[in-house]
Amino acid sequence: MEEVKKIGHTGEKVAHGIFFVCGMVAIAFVLFITVFLVISGVPAIGKIGITDFLFGTVWASTAAEPKFGILPFILTSVYGTFGAILIAVPIGLLCAIYLSKFAGNKAAAMIRSAVELLAGIPSVVYGLVGMIVVVPWVRETFNLPDGANLFSAIIVLSVMVLPNVISVSETSLDAVPKEYEEASLALGANYTETVFKVSVHAARSGIASAVVLGVGRAIGEAMAVMMVAGNVANMPSLFTSVRFLTTAVVSEMSYASGLQREALFSIALVLFIFIIIITLLLNFVFKKKGDVA
Amino acid sequence: MKNSKFAVVLAGVLGAAMVMTGCGSSSSSSSASSSSAETEAASSSSSSSASSDLSGTVGTDGSTSMEKVIQLLSEQFQNDNPGVTVTYNPTGSSSGITAVKEGSTDIGLASRDLKDDEKEGLTQTTIALDGIAVIVNPENGVEDLSLEQIKQIYTGEITNWSEVGGNDGEIVCIGREAGSGTRDGFESITDTKDACKLSQELTSTGDVIQTVAGNPNAIGYASLASLNDTIKAVTVEGVECTEDTVLDGSYKIQRNFNVITNDSKELSPAAQAFFDYITSADAADLISKAGAVPVNK
Repeated sequence: MEEVKKIGHTGEKVAHGIFFVCGMVAIAFVLFITVFLVISGVPAIGKIGITDFLFGTVWASTAAEPKFGILPFILTSVYGTFGAILIAVPIGLLCAIYLSKFAGNKAAAMIRSAVELLAGIPSVVYGLVGMIVVVPWVRETFNLPDGANLFSAIIVLSVMVLPNVISVSETSLDAVPKEYEEASLALGANYTETVFKVSVHAARSGIASAVVLGVGRAIGEAMAVMMVAGNVANMPSLFTSVRFLTTAVVSEMSYASGLQREALFSIALVLFIFIIIITLLLNFVFKKKGDVA
Repeated sequence: MKNSKFAVVLAGVLGAAMVMTGCGSSSSSSSASSSSAETEAASSSSSSSASSDLSGTVGTDGSTSMEKVIQLLSEQFQNDNPGVTVTYNPTGSSSGITAVKEGSTDIGLASRDLKDDEKEGLTQTTIALDGIAVIVNPENGVEDLSLEQIKQIYTGEITNWSEVGGNDGEIVCIGREAGSGTRDGFESITDTKDACKLSQELTSTGDVIQTVAGNPNAIGYASLASLNDTIKAVTVEGVECTEDTVLDGSYKIQRNFNVITNDSKELSPAAQAFFDYITSADAADLISKAGAVPVNK
């Protein structure tokens, strides 16, 4: 007995060690990427000047007198993400409510697999469909000379974040204790009232994290928006061709040299900081959740 | 609980990153460019009996515009020298130049001339000329544009096709991204450098053709070699964009296809042989087959 226990103990230690190393690998990658981005992104910001970089409105990276202002990209990313969320959250939330509270088993299963499929479609496919279908549609519907603009990007992005919003909201709605709803019904509220005033309210932190996740997905998307947004470094408005933070990096990276190249790393750093803020926000939301799972 | 721990870890990571940056930032400028430009050292197929004694891998890297040219040339070269594998990495002119400078490839391909800050230690050899065709949608009634008109269209002075003899419709200017050899060539020849007001900036010749083909009011530019039936090339100052007009100089919008070599690094025998071949008159036929205009005949 004694011996068996001893072997078990060492085995335990080895397993513990392996798990520890695997855990450290994740941290190592984050650390490596952070260090890399900071090292390669900070010098250019220093050379350009942080105000000129963050608040400059002109990006002309290959001009005779190059200008590296990324405010157009930052605003485009913010507006684009905001617009996508504005469209996707109402639809996604109502869909989640339907799935969680109203749909029969068969309908729910069908919708759920459709949502999963939507989440699994590669972004280049979204971009392709956007380019062939959405862009010409926007051009004709709004009678514009060209359909590749912020609006098309918002449409494509909203479809892309929809599955994130739906599945996270649904999970949190499912987790609302039955007693809450039963109590509400017992007090005389009808079912719809109960769902909207009790269940949604109780699941609000989960829904909030669904929104934040959607924001994260939208702000990090590059391929699909690159194919529909037109990629010109304009200050954003709904029907102008715009460039996102992500596409600013992608579209020039292959040909960039010198300070232009360094500035692209700086953009990546800004994007990375955005993502960190969103992740922290997500943690904050999760922590605040209090009463309900 | 888990999440607060995560936040602590994240904070720690960031803190550590800042500290490490403090130490490393003095020697940082080159660390950014460890791009994936490394050419794949595809194991050279040594199965066939080598008729020449050359062997090894020749790496080429750079301009996407030169893809057709370099692929035809490398195919022929590999047929002649079965022991040699020529790889091509379509990364763009600037990346190709960087790759040669860093020694991660043998021969760089650039569809523009070297800039002053790139010239040090590198040599460029022009192997061909490329015409940049101005393309419009086939539905567009406009057949000819002058250089001046093209300039005015791209700088936003002319905004409607009716001003240049076409149907009423707002002109949609399609361009390439900053750093593209085609863009550089087009803008320097039409004198529109940094002055273009574009509706779309696309990252490949294929995208430009696709977009112009899909929008009746679009105008774009693309290599002579990549023209097809879905779009229409207009004549510039009455001159059609063809090989002959590019070579005799009557077609105005044209640029050089260059190969770039590193002065301080001797080419391997295989790479030297490939370099000699593509810069020789023997390559002329294949270069014209690829749609470009050879300079060594």
